[in-house]
Amino acid sequence: MIDFDWLLLFEVSLAGIGSGGLYALAGLAFVLIFKATKVVNLAIGEMLMMGAYFFFAMASTLGWPIWLGVVVAVLGSGALGALIERLLIRPMLGESPISVFMITIGLSSILVGAVELIWGADQMRLPDFMPSDPVLIGEAMVPPKIFYGFLVATGLIAVVLVVFRFWRGGIALRATASDQAAAYSMGINVPRVFSLAWVVGAMVAAIAGIIVGSISSLSPTMGVFGLSVLVVVIVGGLDSVAGALVGGIVVGLVEAWSGTYLGGQYKMLSTFSLLVLILMVRPYGLFGTHEIERL
Amino acid sequence: MSAAANPILEIDQITLAFGGVKALNGVSFEVAPGSITSVIGPNGAGKTSMFNTISGFYRPTSGHIRFLGEDITQRPAPQRAKLGLARSFQNIALFRGMTVLDNIKLGRHCHLHTGVFDALFYYGRARREEVRLRADIEERIIDFLEIDHIRNAPVAALSYGLQKRVEMARALAMQPKVLMLDEPVAGMNREETEDMARFILDVREEWGITILMVEHDMGMVMDLSDHVVVLNFGEVIADGTPAAVQGNPEVIRAYLGSGDVEELRRKLRGEVAT
Repeated sequence: MIDFDWLLLFEVSLAGIGSGGLYALAGLAFVLIFKATKVVNLAIGEMLMMGAYFFFAMASTLGWPIWLGVVVAVLGSGALGALIERLLIRPMLGESPISVFMITIGLSSILVGAVELIWGADQMRLPDFMPSDPVLIGEAMVPPKIFYGFLVATGLIAVVLVVFRFWRGGIALRATASDQAAAYSMGINVPRVFSLAWVVGAMVAAIAGIIVGSISSLSPTMGVFGLSVLVVVIVGGLDSVAGALVGGIVVGLVEAWSGTYLGGQYKMLSTFSLLVLILMVRPYGLFGTHEIERL
Repeated sequence: MSAAANPILEIDQITLAFGGVKALNGVSFEVAPGSITSVIGPNGAGKTSMFNTISGFYRPTSGHIRFLGEDITQRPAPQRAKLGLARSFQNIALFRGMTVLDNIKLGRHCHLHTGVFDALFYYGRARREEVRLRADIEERIIDFLEIDHIRNAPVAALSYGLQKRVEMARALAMQPKVLMLDEPVAGMNREETEDMARFILDVREEWGITILMVEHDMGMVMDLSDHVVVLNFGEVIADGTPAAVQGNPEVIRAYLGSGDVEELRRKLRGEVAT
């Protein structure tokens, strides 16, 4: 091992950062919901999946233009998010966090079942809409889908962060996250903030789902991606946006490295080892608040 | 001061039940505009339940709450805040991750009506004027409560007394008509208590804000209040000027118990039904 292949390491790392961007985006969707409503949403992977299937229905089945398909799929997912909040989460207000947690597990089964009923259990391909020429960074080649996926993810993360920093709704959300009772008494409509968080979370998840679906393929087991997203947000700290971003990149890198140097079967093993390690050293994640609920 | 002909806040036969437990039972009292009204009572008497019902956190089982002559019983808390009801909490409820100034700025949230695009693109003259006016008010509040030196400090780092003061500043920034204070001096030392008492009096003098408070510090309640309402087991047992309430035998009994040791012994032995 005198001639270590530095180029390979560089390429693998770039690919890792690229998929890390997607993890970060999906993590952001999770954190937005958790921050505002304190709900641990185990159905995050399935919400990604729903976005991808909505897009498939618009762009492939109905043959709509790609851009219209994306817009309608995102809006549809937002509506689904609102529906979930009103029908499943709102009635559970004030119940134990474990019960709400169980509801989201049930929700993930319902979503998988719905997808299998409507679209069947077979794998399907989303229409290609990203340029397919390989991208060169220096001498390193990056798969184009991962590259453009990363660009979209970072762009979207930036937009969400800016909007929530300066828009009143974002301030209301941060205030609600900080102290619900105080926010309520200050004229902030807390139930509406809850709906808002679910709608935006579902929309962000839908975009992540469309990108993930077009990088690999579409199937009802896509929700497994959510498992890695959970690792991302637990590593980063459940209620920390910055944590989701850093956690996403870290998990993306670890998966890419272990996949290349140890073999594909070690991917999950190494991410979950990382999770155990981080939880031992920092039980609240890298950037998490110390008062969060322990489940 | 007796209740005026037009009370600013009117509590009318409020009953609040949690299952079979009646936290409040037919509570009625009035708050005169410009007064300092205190609600007192032993622990568990229903004072904080009363507060939560007035500010809209609980829906009463029956009864009405009228604010400025309007029935607000069915209105959600955020709307009551817009109408001019501001409150502080017994165990401080500040936005802990934010600075003092950010907390105070959030107080005006209820009066803003801009959407995403307004905030980004539309900055008309009238709005700029309004923004300036708001900033003026915030400066006055900061000045008035003597918290200028900590304006950029994160609230989590402040002492208890200062946090209470920031909470009051935030409530004032809502430009309320009635300020509700839930135990404003609980856990404070002598000096902090005196400061707070001075602030409460000044809030009324300078801004003409009516004050409704729950407090355990009897000295302060009797010194400051125009009107005292005594609750015990969810019912009003006395209602009047501090002097009248202090002399009321039922109030003394509620606070000190009957004082009859023999009767207590008999109760324990089960000879007398309680």
